[in-house]
Amino acid sequence: MQLGKDLRTAAIAIVFLTVVLGIVYPLVITGVSQVAFNDKANGSQIKVNGKVVGSRLIATAFVIDTGRKDADGAPITVPDPKFFQPRPSATDYSATATFFSNRGPNSAAARFFYRDQLSAYLQLNSKYDPGLTRAGVPVDAVTTSASGVDPHISQANAGIQSRRIAAVRKLPLDRVQQLVKDNTDGRFVGLIGEPGVNVLELNLALDQEAPVR
Amino acid sequence: MAQGFLQIAIFFALVAAVVPLLGGHMARVFMGERTFLDRVVGPLERGTYRLLRIDAGRGQDWKGYAKSLVVFSMVGWLALFLILRTQTLHPFYTEGYHSGTWDLSFNTASSFVTNTNWQYYGGETTLTYFSQMAGLAVQNFLSAAVGMTVAIALIRGIVARRRDGGAVLGNFWQDLVRATFYVLLPLSVIGALVLVSQGVVQTLGGVTSGLFRGPVASQEVIKELGTNGGGFFNVNSSYPFENPSAFSNLFEMFLILCVPASLTYTYGRMVGSRRQGWAIFGAMSVLFVAGVVVVYLAELHGTPAQHLAGVHTSAVDGSTGGNLEGKEQRFGVANSALWTAVTTVTSCGAVNAAFESLTGIGGLVPFANLAYGESVFGGVGTGLYTMLLYVLLAVFIGGLMVGRTPEFLGKKIEAREIKLVSLGVLVTPLAVLVSSTLALATKYGKPSIYASGPQGSSETLYAYLSQANNNGSAFAGYTGYVAPNAGNLGAHGVTFADLLGGVTMLGARFAPILLVLAIAGTLAGKRVAPSGLGTLRTDTPTFVGLLIGTVVLIGALTFFPALLLGPVVQGLTDRLF
Repeated sequence: MQLGKDLRTAAIAIVFLTVVLGIVYPLVITGVSQVAFNDKANGSQIKVNGKVVGSRLIATAFVIDTGRKDADGAPITVPDPKFFQPRPSATDYSATATFFSNRGPNSAAARFFYRDQLSAYLQLNSKYDPGLTRAGVPVDAVTTSASGVDPHISQANAGIQSRRIAAVRKLPLDRVQQLVKDNTDGRFVGLIGEPGVNVLELNLALDQEAPVR
Repeated sequence: MAQGFLQIAIFFALVAAVVPLLGGHMARVFMGERTFLDRVVGPLERGTYRLLRIDAGRGQDWKGYAKSLVVFSMVGWLALFLILRTQTLHPFYTEGYHSGTWDLSFNTASSFVTNTNWQYYGGETTLTYFSQMAGLAVQNFLSAAVGMTVAIALIRGIVARRRDGGAVLGNFWQDLVRATFYVLLPLSVIGALVLVSQGVVQTLGGVTSGLFRGPVASQEVIKELGTNGGGFFNVNSSYPFENPSAFSNLFEMFLILCVPASLTYTYGRMVGSRRQGWAIFGAMSVLFVAGVVVVYLAELHGTPAQHLAGVHTSAVDGSTGGNLEGKEQRFGVANSALWTAVTTVTSCGAVNAAFESLTGIGGLVPFANLAYGESVFGGVGTGLYTMLLYVLLAVFIGGLMVGRTPEFLGKKIEAREIKLVSLGVLVTPLAVLVSSTLALATKYGKPSIYASGPQGSSETLYAYLSQANNNGSAFAGYTGYVAPNAGNLGAHGVTFADLLGGVTMLGARFAPILLVLAIAGTLAGKRVAPSGLGTLRTDTPTFVGLLIGTVVLIGALTFFPALLLGPVVQGLTDRLF
């Protein structure tokens, strides 16, 4: 008898609580958010000339298509030297299907990955910064982020890339460094988190300042 | 490094500051005193009782309480399973997602009803908005509320006087409704809006310009607050739409720890001695801080793979250095390490960095924290009741040492209680060792393993450690489901991993709950004796030390041999596998 009563109570409770917590609550939050924080609730999108080019929270690739294809038929791309490059991504900067790199601390495959990342970074930048050695490459530049779309790079990383950008875009170095500074998100109240340079915003600012082609 | 420790200290100070406020509020809620929410929530609460046709004032004995709890969880499991199996019928934005495989749904339903939130699926690639909102997020609330009811029932059993009669553990339905409407829901409403203000998305608008979005904030907040941990996105709280800024990160870590930490104060108030609550908070804090320090120091260094490739991981001007593989720049090493400790001492399991990519010794910390068995802060409710089991055990050991009948808050601890406590403490480690041994020793466990060498062993052990302790974090290489095409098309589940994991979660959740309620029942019937000179006091630093020793010995010794094979090996060698 007690069991039957419990069953009935439980069934009513699940239905009722699903309506309250699973439908009314998220819809109310959605409604309030859409009104009060419309921009943020929809993904902090950045528009250029009325067209959405991405989100300030999500890294995108800045690459040139070589026209060649790899064994799987996917196009082979190379980093575009005219733009600041975000951190490496395990997901090819996917904002629709995310996963971790799952690269373990003692993984033999990881060693080759890091070696390739190091030489690619040096190849891209050392022409403009002859003093750059492996020891000078910041670790964020050769490791994949957790999300695959980390919007930030370290200030050290941005500093190295500034020289390349200044040369390629024919801008004074201190002007590029100023733009880097303008697009750096500092620590929360100067204490919490780590400073990072927002790559997408920085590149858009560069295009405003010194459009190429 | 000093900057990192400062950030960690600030976080912990914030949590400690809220303990008396939130803990006091929860004590008032569960003792039926007036709260500032009565005006708003009162009508909703009373309406719910009328709808459920229950007499909220009528207490239950432990068997009645347990029966209601188990039936409620079973019905919740069934509802969630049905929702997950009918994705093609769902309203709202559905992306054309089919349901996953039946074994995956079994694992996922078991995972969310047990407050584990182990995820063999990727949220954004396999689930409809309706499954996330009305299926998973609802259980995020309810499984947390169920955990709280058990802790509260145990406290009531401890403080009950014999003359109160048999039915003194309170009313399960009342506790459930109060935990949900007076604690979890109000905090979620405020927290969700705070998160949206930081950039967490909240929309039913679907994909736009290649950006997957959804009703994330409303789920994110309860995922942290209820120590659930199941991410809307596959990469969980590392994804910027779940955790966009340094502040949101701080806020989310705070949400994870605030209820479990505050419940120690609630306990102190309900037993009539705040010192008792602070003693437990102190023991938890020591073990928590120890873990944070180890993982932070470990992650400040790179991994063998990085060093052998020639990557320099020391700090330079403009970069903290350290092992940034699988970590986000905005959180850095300090906040990733802190989060890792926060999410594994509690039963949350949300992550903001990839555990699989932690250094060997850094990875040992999540293992150790899980090995404590959810007793260090632990899950919402589960943490407190697990720690109270350890308290009873420590009282017993202490009693043997001084040669007196052990007493706890005036009640004699006798053979029956100790038998139940021992079972309660051992059932989870047993589940871990049996299931991970099965997975490692048979061929059925093999398809799930991604990494070779000791990392593969770590993945497996961690998978079952995490599921048995209802945590849900993962060394994410371990798989139980493969969806080769979008929308679950052509998917197959790894049936062995899905079913073993599901059964482990259910067993290691509900067996301890039943034992705890049974202990509450026997304690409730005991006469209270005044404490004398020979009584072992449970609110002194000495006892806190004894309690820490008990937790560490049982946690560490049980898993020590297994841990040697995984993270310890990797921490000690530069060899690659």
